Amino acid sequence: MSEVKSNMAGNLWKVLVGEGERVEEGQDVVILESMKMEIPIAAETSGTVKQLKKQEGDFVDEGEVLLELS
Amino acid sequence: MFEKVLIANRGEIACRIIRTCKKHGISTVAIYSEADIDSPHVKMASEAYLVGKPRVNESYLNIDKILEIAQEAGVDAIHPGYGLLSENTTFANRCEEAGIRFIGPDSSVIARMGSKVEARKAMVEAGIPVVPGIARPLLDVEDAVELAKEMNFPVMLKASAGGGGIGMQIARDEDELRKAYEGNQKRATDFFGDGTMFIEKCIENPRHIEIQVLADGEGNTIYLWERDCSIQRRNQKVVEEAPSIFLDEETKVKMGETAVKAAKALNYTNAGTIEFLVDEQKNFYFLEMNTRLQVEHPVTEEITGIDLVEEQLKIAAGEKLSFAQSDVKREGHAIEVRIYAEDPKTFFPSPGKITTFLPSKKPYVRNECAVSEGSVVTPHYDPMIAKLIVKGKDREEAIEYLLHALDDYKVEGIKTNIPMLQEVIGHEAFKNGDVTTKFITKYLKR
Repeated sequence: MSEVKSNMAGNLWKVLVGEGERVEEGQDVVILESMKMEIPIAAETSGTVKQLKKQEGDFVDEGEVLLELS
Repeated sequence: MFEKVLIANRGEIACRIIRTCKKHGISTVAIYSEADIDSPHVKMASEAYLVGKPRVNESYLNIDKILEIAQEAGVDAIHPGYGLLSENTTFANRCEEAGIRFIGPDSSVIARMGSKVEARKAMVEAGIPVVPGIARPLLDVEDAVELAKEMNFPVMLKASAGGGGIGMQIARDEDELRKAYEGNQKRATDFFGDGTMFIEKCIENPRHIEIQVLADGEGNTIYLWERDCSIQRRNQKVVEEAPSIFLDEETKVKMGETAVKAAKALNYTNAGTIEFLVDEQKNFYFLEMNTRLQVEHPVTEEITGIDLVEEQLKIAAGEKLSFAQSDVKREGHAIEVRIYAEDPKTFFPSPGKITTFLPSKKPYVRNECAVSEGSVVTPHYDPMIAKLIVKGKDREEAIEYLLHALDDYKVEGIKTNIPMLQEVIGHEAFKNGDVTTKFITKYLKR
């Protein structure tokens, strides 16, 4: 199991994947909005989305877990 | 003149407005979000009120709360600064309804200029040159493709309600246009609640040159010459200067007179800026009108000696302009750079705590700062933390001064774009005046 973490603080603008969905390494899974800029966050490993930890509109801090992959 | 003014903004512009108010003995009221409690503008103002949580829609965009504070504090007027509510028609209306002067033009003008489609229509009616294109919203993607083929690619696709480069994209062929249409319409709907799109011919290697105008309510409208703001990253300005090195005197006068004509046609009052795109043959086309103070207004102040905020206050208070077009002097050369909390290579934001903040103290430097040592740059707002302005007797001297000032500037704890600014200002192409909106992509390869 692995996690996708936020590399900076910001608002979670878009979640691009759903639970149960297969994602590949390097695929953008969420888009953060920070300082009026959109920042895509990619999965570092391939896997299936086990659980979304944050929802669109949530504020996330640097290092927070966004979703879990299995 | 007003006795008490509320500044509905934050950061360096709030500080800058407070400074001029103080000079004229006007009491100032600051508003601040929970994230800005230790910000310089809060300390500078005569009074400060908490407006809400960090997010802008819960604080600096909360019209009800801001007006509540304005009434509690008993202010005569509200200065909106730039960004945030400065071009918000509802806010301007609500201020007037509450009997508080909104320091800016009439809300009907803000509304017209806020819609790119409407603004373009107004300019065509006034006989102002506009970029070849259409003056109506696109019906759908097929409509966009058909029109693009008629005017020949490349074309520029824009969101009517867009700003800060959001919802704007070049399309070089049909495939690109289809993708751009879908993506940008969605973004415009999400960001601005309005997915209206339009299309125009893309001007290659353009310069972005704007004219500052001032208009009182008595029919006096003048221009304070041009600012060249061509150097941009992600469609946002980074370096601005006055005068322009590219334009000849004849074109400058022509652009100034055109801007005045446009402002008069709109019955414009207060300070405003007409932005033009200028092509390689020095043809200029109306881009948009900003119905507020600009971030880069200091370069105009430096070469003309006119305090724009002071003029805004006087005009809003019903005073006539105290000088005529022929009284506007130009002296020396001024350059402003915007210091952003961001990675100098990727332009990714870099929020965090500023552990060291030492702007240049050279005598030829003007600093406008949103932060101080110990400030925390949060992800909630624009990444601009400061502006650095220098003035020299000519452009060569201004460049030399700016390089020294950038060399002095020390910011630690977060990343800033200072190394990128040094690359730009120190570049041979910048010295030679080869400044187009493509500068950073062309010479810095990013």
